Amino acid sequence: MEHEDILHRCFRCGYCKLPGNYVDINCPAYLSFRFETYSPGGRMWLLRAWLDEKIPASKRFAEIMFSCATCGNCVEHCAFPEFRDRLLLAFTAGKEALLDAGQAPPAVRDYLTKVQLHGNPYGKSVKKSSQWMDGLEAEPFSDQEYLFFADDVGTYDPRGQEVARSVATLLKQAGISFGVITEALNSDGNDVKAIGETPLFEELAAKNIKILNQFNVKKIITLSPHSFNALKNDYPALGAQYQVFHYTQVLAFAMGNINFSSDNEDVTVAYHDPCYLGRHNTDYESARMMLRSVPGITLVEMDRNRKNALCCGGGGGNFFTDILSGGDGSSARVRVREAVEAGAQILAAACPMCAVMLEDAVKAENLDSKIQVQEVSEIVNQRL
Amino acid sequence: MTTDLITRLEKIVGPRFVSGAAEERYLYSMDQGTMPPSEPDVVVMPANTEEVQQVVRLANELKVPIVPMGAGLVLSGLTRALRGGIILDMKRMNHIIEVNPQSRYAVIEGGAAQGMLKSYLKKHHPQLKHSMPDAPPIATLAGNICIHGSGHLSVLGGSHSDMLTGMEVVLPSGEIVRTGSCSVAGEWFGRSPLPDLSGLFLGWSGTTGIVTKLGIKLFPSYKHNDVLVFVAEDADQMPDMISKLTSTQVAEDMTPWMTPKPDWAKGFLHINIAYGAHTKKELTFKRNLLQASVKKYIDDKVAGFLPLPAPQKGRFLQIPSPDLVRFADLRKGGGFEYVGAIMAIEHFPQAYRAGLEIAEKYNVSYSLGARIIGAGHSMMFFFAYAFNRADAEDVKRASDALEATNTAALAMGGIPWKAEQPAQQQIIDQMDPETFALMGRIRSVLDPNGIMNPGNWEK
Repeated sequence: MEHEDILHRCFRCGYCKLPGNYVDINCPAYLSFRFETYSPGGRMWLLRAWLDEKIPASKRFAEIMFSCATCGNCVEHCAFPEFRDRLLLAFTAGKEALLDAGQAPPAVRDYLTKVQLHGNPYGKSVKKSSQWMDGLEAEPFSDQEYLFFADDVGTYDPRGQEVARSVATLLKQAGISFGVITEALNSDGNDVKAIGETPLFEELAAKNIKILNQFNVKKIITLSPHSFNALKNDYPALGAQYQVFHYTQVLAFAMGNINFSSDNEDVTVAYHDPCYLGRHNTDYESARMMLRSVPGITLVEMDRNRKNALCCGGGGGNFFTDILSGGDGSSARVRVREAVEAGAQILAAACPMCAVMLEDAVKAENLDSKIQVQEVSEIVNQRL
Repeated sequence: MTTDLITRLEKIVGPRFVSGAAEERYLYSMDQGTMPPSEPDVVVMPANTEEVQQVVRLANELKVPIVPMGAGLVLSGLTRALRGGIILDMKRMNHIIEVNPQSRYAVIEGGAAQGMLKSYLKKHHPQLKHSMPDAPPIATLAGNICIHGSGHLSVLGGSHSDMLTGMEVVLPSGEIVRTGSCSVAGEWFGRSPLPDLSGLFLGWSGTTGIVTKLGIKLFPSYKHNDVLVFVAEDADQMPDMISKLTSTQVAEDMTPWMTPKPDWAKGFLHINIAYGAHTKKELTFKRNLLQASVKKYIDDKVAGFLPLPAPQKGRFLQIPSPDLVRFADLRKGGGFEYVGAIMAIEHFPQAYRAGLEIAEKYNVSYSLGARIIGAGHSMMFFFAYAFNRADAEDVKRASDALEATNTAALAMGGIPWKAEQPAQQQIIDQMDPETFALMGRIRSVLDPNGIMNPGNWEK
């Protein structure tokens, strides 16, 4: 297994379980299950034990491994420099080894099968890939400055489609030159890679790169931070050469082009940092810049913000496999409670997965009367 | 038996928080130190005192051992299930229940972490702080107090068990009792003037009960904080230097340290002295007092204060410091353990030399140091050895060095702290027989079925 040389070096000191300010547990799997086995250090020791044949490759071991949301909190807060950079890589390698051994949980297998067969985890036909644009009047990509990449959640998930339309609408409002490709683009593959299925990721990426190159795409705006991460950091190794931006990064500098209504009510907003925009790519400011530029919005911070943010629990494929679900300790539910405690009326998300996860959590917590989850562009659009 | 136990435990805490799976049995069979693994049959995580009580009653009914565990960071294997049974992981009970800013105490649950209380106080009571050990922030307050830990306010307030103001404990027989003022008055301000029953649960390595709540003293948090580093070359002079520095009564923490790395530190004896003040003027006054106390040594040119660049000072003031955990990576192998011997200050030179000799004899990577407890009333002298967990020979070397250190510490009048099972035997062998007999009588009264962490403090 790749990276197995570092497994025994984990001391299990537990810095990885917490944010930098120690407010509360910040590892989604550990928060949800609470057994030491589900902590990053527990995973490291169990992987070593499995490789040494001290424990079997059981259903529970697979659940422990695949419950990792790849949020990067452990990488951010591990006390050991350099070693920590390989933590998530080791977990991904462990998942890959379990997949190779045929020990993946059924939900993971189903997810990967759908992506393999259909190019997306929804098992939807590519013929439906332009449905999200209904009523949008988006231009097909030709010679515009940017390609807008909606990814599978924005393309096929009903709530994701709303978010994609909202972002595209705001891009138009801001005068951004962009087009869309209605060809059969695949999932970006970010979570497929995080789940350990590297060959499938490379296949997805290669197909996407081929199409993007056919259209002579140079600059891409992504809807999802997950796409942003894959296209920006992983695609170049496969031959891609694009400038990649998350939509907040483009809009943050275009907010001056937007005219706001003068009769907006004052509202208090807390911003939830998505892991693949924040910790994985260290952009904590673009979305905040957007929100600060909206008249009537007071931005408050939750105790866990920026590099200390609590993940919604949807990363690492968990948005689709749901291995982390259940209980009031699920990180999305903890997160919405934290937003209410911070005095927010709106919890702002900059990721369609986060938006769905947090909205579900608001319902589960019966907090509908206290807080609303909105995606950043929706908040802006409502105040035009 | 195990299936029945698991089923009944699931009824108490819910199936999500009980596991008899191979993964949990493996991981909970050991800690980061050198003690060999010993598997539990099941791990359970209660959410409140009542659930703890039910688990204990079940363990009594089935005559199953039960081992309470906080963060599992003791390093000396005290939370291993030496005779199988239940490991009771307390970390779901991690709430901060109350802070009394006037009487300066906090009431917390038995699984509350050091870092969480620090964070809570910083947000809600920035004028207050508690004494944190050098353990990682996920370490529990209850665990550290129950092993007589010490920390960053130990010169000011003694060992952490001295800062305990009361407890709620589930006895081995299942009754819930309170000790200290909370047993009478409702407030958790202190342990006097009552018979001090808290002692029944301090230093017993989880063999007398399960702490579900506890009160701890809080202290003023200063706006201005500073650290001085006093450097000497002669270990024989250290007791007097420590005595003079502590006599000023202004330090919060005092930690001598002696390590072969970095190179500039090798061969020198350093004393970090942390202190704070509400104003800059007060801080200067305290600094002057500390510096004046050891002026004789400076004038004699045998010691002096180390000029500290700001980043270094910041690292020394970081609480807790991740630098200490990083010692575990010295051998690129994720392991370290230490003997922390509680002893009188005058044994410092002897302890220092013994540490060097043992490190050389066993060829182990070492770090030596101490934390002064009270106004020089005692110290916890630590002999830390790093090892590579993947290298059995390296682990054995560290284990042998630890055993030799325990022997040396006892021979010089020290007492191994949070002693691992073999060290407990060494202590018992040297203990007044009547004292050990009394310990046994107390345990048999509290725990008639012998279910609480058996295998510890036994002959």
